Amino acid sequence: MIGLRLRTGALALAVLAVAFAWHIAVGAKVIPLATVAEAFWGYDETVFDHVVIRDLRLPRALMAVAVGAGLAVAGALMQGVTRNPLADPGLLGLLAGASFAVVLGTFTGLTSPAVIPVLAAIGALAAASIVWGVASAVPGGASPMTLVLAGAAVTAFLAALTAIMLLIDETSFEALRVWLTGTLAGRPGTAGLWAAGWLVLGLVVALGAARQVTAMAMGDEAATGLGVDVRKLRLAILVSVVALTAAAVALAGPMGFVGLVVPHMVRLVVGHDYRVIVPASAVVGATYLLLADIAARMLLAPVEISTGLITALLGAPVFVWLVRARL
Amino acid sequence: MPDDARSPANSTPLKSTSLCHLRIEGIDVTYSDEWVIQNLSLNIPDGKLTAIVGPNGCGKSTLLKAMARVLPLRSGRVLLDRRAVHSIPTREVAKVMALLPQGPVAPEGLRVRELVAQGRFPHQSLIRQWSHEDADAVERAMQATDTVQFADRPVDALSGGQRQRVWIAMVLAQETPILLLDEPTTFLDLKVQVDLMTLLRRVAHDEGRTLVVVLHELNVAAAFADRLVMMKDGAVAAEGPVGDVFTEGNLAEVFGLDARVLIDPESERPICVPRIDP
Repeated sequence: MIGLRLRTGALALAVLAVAFAWHIAVGAKVIPLATVAEAFWGYDETVFDHVVIRDLRLPRALMAVAVGAGLAVAGALMQGVTRNPLADPGLLGLLAGASFAVVLGTFTGLTSPAVIPVLAAIGALAAASIVWGVASAVPGGASPMTLVLAGAAVTAFLAALTAIMLLIDETSFEALRVWLTGTLAGRPGTAGLWAAGWLVLGLVVALGAARQVTAMAMGDEAATGLGVDVRKLRLAILVSVVALTAAAVALAGPMGFVGLVVPHMVRLVVGHDYRVIVPASAVVGATYLLLADIAARMLLAPVEISTGLITALLGAPVFVWLVRARL
Repeated sequence: MPDDARSPANSTPLKSTSLCHLRIEGIDVTYSDEWVIQNLSLNIPDGKLTAIVGPNGCGKSTLLKAMARVLPLRSGRVLLDRRAVHSIPTREVAKVMALLPQGPVAPEGLRVRELVAQGRFPHQSLIRQWSHEDADAVERAMQATDTVQFADRPVDALSGGQRQRVWIAMVLAQETPILLLDEPTTFLDLKVQVDLMTLLRRVAHDEGRTLVVVLHELNVAAAFADRLVMMKDGAVAAEGPVGDVFTEGNLAEVFGLDARVLIDPESERPICVPRIDP
């Protein structure tokens, strides 16, 4: 059992490494894998390909890893703690809240790299609270359905506000138009480092709490009986989900459905123990977004599609399948 | 705590656990701003099966949840030995008191062995992960509940009675001296109810554990419990050995039930038979 887990884990990491290398190799110009390896072990700044890899492609691959891992773990935690198979940072409005807050920040001049993830976190938290409040006010309380409906309403509302702001300010509009579809094409720079901090915070809390999420998935009462401090755990998970969402949005804008699709794929293979689901979601989420970003760059090459459009194209059918199979 | 309060040294399939005494001192519990329980005190005898019965809405499940620290208290205390349950770190409570809530839901696809293993949660930490002791406890709990044969099946593929046995295995694997169970037999066939109650009585008598079980079926409670607590309107209406409490008078007063109480000559347990107008 343990041996099997280790082997599956090693395989998942190997696949991630291959996807990572492949991701770096493809682009406007395909660079041979040998050159990719050379750029790491025998970096030569006079070789143009090496510079492209170091300065452009490596940051983009790392962003894909960070955003994919963050959103997948956030989705897994949300699904476990709320016992809602449709929980996802996008479907429950957190991505819309975070990106609205970032656009609002841009609109009002708050664009320093350290501030963007903070704005995203505040926006995600506010949107999550509103969605939860709206869904709870419905007769019958917050069910998977009412939460998704409230999430859709809040997302639409915030998207409209965002659109209004962008119409008023055309410079921001140009800068943010692509970002708002979810893209890894941006150059993160120092903002990337700040976002990485939030990501690490979210992941550490998630890994620490993972064990308790399994108990929590059996209901509040059963979890309490097993010695889980339900209120404390909820708070820890909220912190983690908001931090992960904020990091992902700060880096790549609202990347839909990653948090929905990846944990469900992971569960099909590893079962229902969140001690395994959380780290597995991080690895598979990173791989998934690397592959989605490869597709985004290759499908209509030389035209590049927003990665968020690819994740939506892949995710929407999974969403429909989940609604049919699980609700 | 005197050690001789333990059950006779039967061959115990499960690891014996040290005793821990449960007592309720004048608790008030409110539920969405309504008083459900007011000034209730109760002493739970060690190593016995205590059944709580009462009409719907009398507060019996609320009482169990308050004992299990799922619900907060407005006033009063639930005492584990001399310490208040609501102020002990929750993980520590879980090492001595287990709870099986009403109608628990297993995460979809979770296998029986994985669910039972959850019972080991309070004994583990980030540093101390799965151990032989945990594996043994899970194995013993599955043997005691006769669930070994479907250890690798998903919980949601089992019948209602089998599923309930798996949940009982989970709380047994927690290896606590006290177990609280909220309506563990509701909605099950009579035969399945009897099997489950036989199992629970064995846990109390053979292993010396203290069980508090909220039950819906009066005759099942009368047949299996050592002690009976009858509740009405958030208070204890009658409490004591089954023979003393399960009377026509109490049934009429607490349940408004017009019934005769007969004694089963074989088990010498009381049973109630409602009077029906011809």
